[in-house]
Amino acid sequence: MSRITRRDLLKGTAGAALLGATGGLAAPAAAAELSFKPEAGAKLRVLRWKRFVQGDEDLWTANTQKFTKATGVEVVVDNEAWEDVRPKAAVAANIGSGPDIIIGWYDDPHQYPDKLVDLTDLAEYLGGKYGGWYPVSVDYATREGRWIALPLGAAGNCLVYRESWMKEAGFDSFPQDTAGLLRLCQALKKNGHPPGFALGNAVGDGNVWTHWLLWSHGGVLVNENNEVAIVSSETEAALEYARELYETFIPGTISWLDPHNNKAFLAGEIGLTANGISVYYAAKNNNSPFVGDINHANMPVGPLGKPSELNLFTQAMLFKHTKYPNAAKEYLRFMWEKEQYEPWQQAAIGYITQPLKAYEQNPIWTADPKHTPYRDTVARMFHNGHAGKLGYASAAAMADFIVVNMIAEAASGATTPKEAMQKAEKRALRYYRV
Amino acid sequence: MTEAALGQPAIYRPTLWSRLNNSRNLLGLILMIPTAALLLLFLTYPLGLGVWLGMTDTTIGRRGVFIGLENYGFLLDDSVFLLSVFNTFLYTVVASVFKFVLGLWLALILNQHLPFKALLRAIVLLPWIVPTVLSAIAFWWIYDSQFSIVSWTLREVGLIDEYVNFLGDPNNARAAVIFANIWRGIPFVAISLLAGLQTIPPSLYEAATLDGASRWQLFRYVTLPMLTPIIAVVMTFSVLFTFTDFQLIYVLTRGGPLNATHLMATLSFQRAIPGGQLGEGAAIAVAMIPFLLAAIMFSYFGLQRRRWQQGSDND
Repeated sequence: MSRITRRDLLKGTAGAALLGATGGLAAPAAAAELSFKPEAGAKLRVLRWKRFVQGDEDLWTANTQKFTKATGVEVVVDNEAWEDVRPKAAVAANIGSGPDIIIGWYDDPHQYPDKLVDLTDLAEYLGGKYGGWYPVSVDYATREGRWIALPLGAAGNCLVYRESWMKEAGFDSFPQDTAGLLRLCQALKKNGHPPGFALGNAVGDGNVWTHWLLWSHGGVLVNENNEVAIVSSETEAALEYARELYETFIPGTISWLDPHNNKAFLAGEIGLTANGISVYYAAKNNNSPFVGDINHANMPVGPLGKPSELNLFTQAMLFKHTKYPNAAKEYLRFMWEKEQYEPWQQAAIGYITQPLKAYEQNPIWTADPKHTPYRDTVARMFHNGHAGKLGYASAAAMADFIVVNMIAEAASGATTPKEAMQKAEKRALRYYRV
Repeated sequence: MTEAALGQPAIYRPTLWSRLNNSRNLLGLILMIPTAALLLLFLTYPLGLGVWLGMTDTTIGRRGVFIGLENYGFLLDDSVFLLSVFNTFLYTVVASVFKFVLGLWLALILNQHLPFKALLRAIVLLPWIVPTVLSAIAFWWIYDSQFSIVSWTLREVGLIDEYVNFLGDPNNARAAVIFANIWRGIPFVAISLLAGLQTIPPSLYEAATLDGASRWQLFRYVTLPMLTPIIAVVMTFSVLFTFTDFQLIYVLTRGGPLNATHLMATLSFQRAIPGGQLGEGAAIAVAMIPFLLAAIMFSYFGLQRRRWQQGSDND
């Protein structure tokens, strides 16, 4: 309690007010330009996940060089496979040494909040200047009213389908609700173009669509009080739906890992899947004969009545062990400003959806109408600890594939929906026991 | 001083230094220190740390507190862990039996006089030489549910209509990963046993042949007993490698489908590193130790120490 000073409180309420006000067009009273003065002789080490799209890395490097030119601060950027960043960041936090800035995933900052530099001033400045943060950005990056990370965005996930096969199945436009999706999938299967969604222990694709499926029916792993609440009629409805949907899938999906759906879609084996924009990108790059036939749609809305997606959220963390906090903050500010962020987002062809509302205007989203659904993925998502809190338990539960396994078990008929959710409850209780 | 003063003859009393200087025991001790330090530093310490971590609730990013055997208590009640123990046993037993039988068979064939003997032996080693991850990726394609070469061939030939769901059905997946492990493990067994076969003196075979032994009897009463010590060592290693396998599973299935191929090693990793539950992951890893010890003891006592090899009658 004593840690919250009056100043913090004022800042907090001002931030909340800004967030509240930015829903409309009213430009928030833009804060004065903010900048941090890098320490003399500052050098920075940045660790980020290795790009999925070449343009991402190219422009990130170019922007970084621009920063070095402007400030004289040398920045070394290391790239690591995306799944390896999480353990590395944890080690850096534990031993108090390593890269100054790490761009990690999901709820990483909530594993070691005390080791991170407070970025509230920077986040409030950026939020004020760029139309405010999406609610989920605030969920992911703040803890007890203080910003412990700076959201970079999310690798958005949409339904990827073949336009002509959808029409052939009797649909003029892509269905907007889960019931319509099921009908489409059944028709696609009948025509020999079945859908396929990853149901193996696929870190990215598996978690993303199964959480959407659970949430879209109103099911949650934990409630608002962070208590396990997976056993519910809503979850059961979700599992029944999963079973019907699974019947339309191409065989083998319960073994699918992250790359399988991309391969199958690009080979024309499946007519529908959930994925990032990378399938479209790969089809374009390889001059796929059906690149013009690929289209995207946002994940449909289920009985919950509102969008309920999960996307691979990524954010920058600045560690307290850095010797040059001001240089690091200045680097983050620089990279997140429109002059750098928008071209970078374009170079990454929209692989990363912005965390700040103003970047919805980025021409990349409308340059090709097929990009547009990805624009809205952050606005449409929940955080992975929904409806509870982010922390050790939310990270561990997702890493243990509790939701993925539950849906795969019920969908494939290995267990009844009831058994599947009871098993999931028991597993979740282990992590949420404290 | 007093002794000299009393004029008694001086007895040679080695000083402590000269005693130490001439002590073979001390020299031995000193020479052992580097090895002992290495063992302590790189084996005992990590092992001890693992055992300790298994009794704490350490997570990545938070120093844990001692919780005794609570992790193990939770694991005993954890269906995924119990499934992984079952999988690990199934995987180890089935793969080891096949590796032994096929490896021994291959060794016997290679021990014959064949043309291009050296070349053949080199080729046999290939699966063992290829890095596991590479061969695992090859199998990943072979087992793919849409692009499997095996399924494609069978379908072209007209034997099947649907692609085989290699990794998409729990039992198929178990069989598939075990097959990949066997393929990879046979060369090690075969080449090691071949080396053993070549140490058996030909005179034994000659003597047995003169006694009118059949080929089966030659194998049963000469080859097999002479080979037993090598078999014990080779199979101990083979069982250990199989029991602790990680890469193959991690590339092929990540423990799926429905955790049907999760081994203790892969589950330990999944819980400890991506899941951040270091204490629990360590507990799973430590839980492997008794099984490994049992495997070693079995092959040591069961296979290696035959009385006839030490001069007594075989009973």
